[in-house]
Amino acid sequence: MSRVLVGVKRVVDYAVKVRVKPDKTGVVTEGVKHSMNPFDEIAVEEAIKLKEKKIASEIIAVSVGPTQSQEVIRTALAMGADRGVHVEVSGKDYDLLQPIHVSKILAKLALDEKADLIIVGKQAIDDDSNQTAQMTAAVLDWPQGTFCNKVEKTDAGLNITREIDGGLETIKTKIPAVLSADLRLNTPRYATLPNIMKAKKKPLKKVTPKDLGVDTTPRIEVVSVEEPPVRQAGALVPDVDALVGKLKEGGHI
Amino acid sequence: MIRLIRSYKFLRLRKTSVQYFSARTNMDLKDIKSDTKSSQLKNSSSFMMNIFRGKMLSAEVFPYPDVLVADEKELILSLVDPFEKFFTEINSASRNDENSSIDGTVLNKLWELGAFGIQVPEKYGGLGLGNTQYGRLCEILGANDLSVGITLGAHQSIGFKGILLFGTQQQKEKYLSKLTTEKVYAAFALTEPSSGSDAGSIRTRAVKSDDGNYFILNGSKIWISNGGVADVMTVFAQTEQVDLATGEKKDRVTAFIVERSFGGVTNGPPEKKMGIKASNTTEVYFDNVKVPIDNVLGGEGNGFKVAMTILNNGRFGMGATLAGTMKFCIQKAVEHANNRVQFGKKIKEYGCIQEKISQMNILQYATESMAYTISQNMDKGSKEYHLEAAISKIFASESAWYVCDEAIQILGGMGYMKEAELERVLRDLRIFRIFEGTNDILRLFVALTGIQYAASNLKFLQRAFKNPANNFGIVSTEISRRVSTSIGLGTIDFNPHIAPELQNYGKKAANCIELFGKSVERLLVRYGKNIINEQYILKRLSNAAIDIYSMVVTLSRASRAIKLNLPTAQHELNMTKVLCIQASNRCMDNLRNTSAESELEMIDVMEEIAREVCNKGGVNTTHVITN
Repeated sequence: MSRVLVGVKRVVDYAVKVRVKPDKTGVVTEGVKHSMNPFDEIAVEEAIKLKEKKIASEIIAVSVGPTQSQEVIRTALAMGADRGVHVEVSGKDYDLLQPIHVSKILAKLALDEKADLIIVGKQAIDDDSNQTAQMTAAVLDWPQGTFCNKVEKTDAGLNITREIDGGLETIKTKIPAVLSADLRLNTPRYATLPNIMKAKKKPLKKVTPKDLGVDTTPRIEVVSVEEPPVRQAGALVPDVDALVGKLKEGGHI
Repeated sequence: MIRLIRSYKFLRLRKTSVQYFSARTNMDLKDIKSDTKSSQLKNSSSFMMNIFRGKMLSAEVFPYPDVLVADEKELILSLVDPFEKFFTEINSASRNDENSSIDGTVLNKLWELGAFGIQVPEKYGGLGLGNTQYGRLCEILGANDLSVGITLGAHQSIGFKGILLFGTQQQKEKYLSKLTTEKVYAAFALTEPSSGSDAGSIRTRAVKSDDGNYFILNGSKIWISNGGVADVMTVFAQTEQVDLATGEKKDRVTAFIVERSFGGVTNGPPEKKMGIKASNTTEVYFDNVKVPIDNVLGGEGNGFKVAMTILNNGRFGMGATLAGTMKFCIQKAVEHANNRVQFGKKIKEYGCIQEKISQMNILQYATESMAYTISQNMDKGSKEYHLEAAISKIFASESAWYVCDEAIQILGGMGYMKEAELERVLRDLRIFRIFEGTNDILRLFVALTGIQYAASNLKFLQRAFKNPANNFGIVSTEISRRVSTSIGLGTIDFNPHIAPELQNYGKKAANCIELFGKSVERLLVRYGKNIINEQYILKRLSNAAIDIYSMVVTLSRASRAIKLNLPTAQHELNMTKVLCIQASNRCMDNLRNTSAESELEMIDVMEEIAREVCNKGGVNTTHVITN
């Protein structure tokens, strides 16, 4: 029986067409629909599956961010997590929060809560860093199983099937460990309305990075955020010769 | 002069210590003890009821109600996404339509989602939502799949609503959690082959057993939503009741909770319908069904009241549902208008299209504003929302038809194709003008209920005028009110309630209300009791009432938008302005037409045309190509 810590990040919803702020410091988030990072939903689902198989005893959902982050914790609770921890970071600190900060926070919480397993999404769909799981494992000096496609409990620890470029790779790790969920690990369940209501009554603790002894002072500076270049209009060429000519002209061949 | 009368009245009233003074705004005459007969005047808190007396009671409409506390708001907002997700990711409205049924797996998901007990208290496994919160979910149903909407609505908005509203503790315990969590469907069985709009004429009969422990139920019902799947039904039947005062035996309708497991309950095959095909509609038969006496709902002989209360209570949901449907149609239309290029321009640049888009949005705004005015008044505990609910049902169903039709028109040929999904919506929403009280019956209901209320006031005034010495306060108030309306001063003033930008438009609505009150009075004087037979006129009056309500709710909501400085305030203001211009013109015309000689002559001719055609059994003309 083990305790699982799951990281859930609040991100701009995948269906939203993101727009860059006029001052180029980031993307517009005000009045924009947010939801749980889809890879984190998969992480939560995996934790719930472990609990249903009686491998996990308790699931703690953690989110680092402003007050609204509590929404995604509530979603995790409605899906089946037992309690939540909201690590409040807002303003400029949050805008420039990096995986290095989050991993230290998760590591400290894992120790405080005596967690045996940390599961996070392989990356967040907003900044696509893909570093938190790896860094957390490093901070804790725990084994890591990233890009999980399948997780099985064995007597010795875990058998993990990982998604790698060439196909699938199977590794064995001991517990405690840090895992990151890939797309095909599972299909997350829906939070039903009665469970959403029940989730409101589940405990949600609020802490600050300072409480955890983690310094979240920005280490980077955003110089500029740009829209992807607009695709240039194409042109029709009458035949292959003309095409070859154009390509030569453009220095492509 | 008027002021003099008032101050004199005030002095006199103080002397007799009767609170006549409040009579001008709200005839609150409860305290009058002297002449009970002449002073018993039932006062309604309903805004619409009072315009039949030419009065404005602002409490239910100004300021725009705002009943949800922060927690309740947060709760409903947290339910919106998962509910929408079900429709975008699991359900397919076109597949349901194609199959004329909803997949078992989809239905199971709906049960798991908690959609079958939205207003059932949490202790029975429901979500325990209020009407306003329920309305927000209805919107999502309306925007995505009306068949699913009707399946859910037939279950909880009418099917077992009676148990929530009238059930005994024992009945609630026995049924509510089953109906919420155990996949037991409910239905509402009122309509019969020979009894549609005339619900009092049902023939299904329940006879009490000799030992008094059971009723034996016999009869048949038609067009029962969920009729083929429901295991628990609210059934209405005639029962013999003895009048305690006279000892006379009379048939009165009684409501029963009937379980299929009682035996003798069967149903016909699913009906083949124009729309909402995936919603199960069947005939239901009762053959010597033994219904325990404990399953009487709301008391013996009270069935008609039970039925009407359930229907009244569920009507606001249709407004919210169709507001969602209209949003869907508008989105489809706007997507097309934004992209379609003809004659070298996006079609959104053309006036013909722009006018349609504006009109569609104005109607959507008014529908939504009505729905949430009513739901919030219901949540505040108002019991007198039946006129408003009926109006919102009429307005919503006709607006939705118009909006969907225009969306199809904007899409042109594309809109006529199944792929655009609008043809399904048009078929699905057609039923809303027919069921749960046809719009025609509801129009008469609105006009007659209001007129009855005004008449009670008139009778009261008549009595007061017969004895002006004793009723000086009432008489003088009424005189001063009439003097000021007739010289065009107006006693109704919207200005304290609405945004400064809307004052001119508030004036239009106020004028309509004043003329409305006068028209009702004129009709009463002219027709007396016989007004109930003047359907042409009642319809015009009802249309005027609908226009007034649409103006008032939008004026109120747009003023709220301005007060809260919402980013959409200007847009809401614009829509309200246009609506007020359109509605007030139409309203004035309709009111004039209730008594204009030319209109009455026209009505006579129309009566004659209809008579001729019905006698002939079809079109009654001589073809141009004839020997």
